[in-house]
Amino acid sequence: MAGTKQIQTLSVEASTEHLAEVRDFVAAHAENIGLNQKDISEIRLAVDEAYTNIIKHAYKNTPKEKVSIEIGSDSDHLWITLMDKGKSFDPSSYSEPDLMKRIKEKKRGGMGVYLIRKLMDQVQYNRKGHTNVIRMVKNL
Amino acid sequence: MKNFSIATRQKNNVTILDISGELDAHTASQLENALKSLIDDESYSIIVNCSSLDYIASAGLGVFMAYIEDVRSLGGDIKLTNMNDRVYNVFDLLGFPTLYDILEDEKEALTSFEN
Repeated sequence: MAGTKQIQTLSVEASTEHLAEVRDFVAAHAENIGLNQKDISEIRLAVDEAYTNIIKHAYKNTPKEKVSIEIGSDSDHLWITLMDKGKSFDPSSYSEPDLMKRIKEKKRGGMGVYLIRKLMDQVQYNRKGHTNVIRMVKNL
Repeated sequence: MKNFSIATRQKNNVTILDISGELDAHTASQLENALKSLIDDESYSIIVNCSSLDYIASAGLGVFMAYIEDVRSLGGDIKLTNMNDRVYNVFDLLGFPTLYDILEDEKEALTSFEN
């Protein structure tokens, strides 16, 4: 049905305990609109990485804080928006991970943002008032 | 509920970890503890069999990154086997196959430890 928009929202506490629930929430939407298994897997991973980064970096593991997640789609795109009120992420401070160097230095992390960019077609970071907004779009 | 589990087997001098379920930022600490205790026990020849691993996020890959150099510097290795395509794809996106031994089959990994 061209032009029909479907939007669903979920609000969860910022805790890794909810990771599986968040992945299943976006996967259910993607399945409902008939995406293939590869796309569904990529969307599950992208939302996992974005939500994990909010838990660890924006809220520094403070589970009482909330994260709002919206998933929507029309005939051409699927988009996922995550909103939090924690510390903002500056995308200009991000550089592509040099894996070999990280292993030598035993530094973990930094891989999530890289993966999200590989898995989704567009990624935008914005701050609206006190709210950080990550919007990830996949072309269908 | 944690949808992740680890079982341990021993074949000759090699320890095999069978990991199942979903490995993410919530469950990664279980794998980390298992690897830590192997290193503490001086078991440095390790195979992680991923045949029942349904999903991995970067937090899971981070655990391997954190321990692989330690184990190699002690004369051992962590070899990964039997991944499904979706799991392998995540390792591949991050360039892991050039750095780690990722093998089709557990037998291959056992053989390569013998050589």
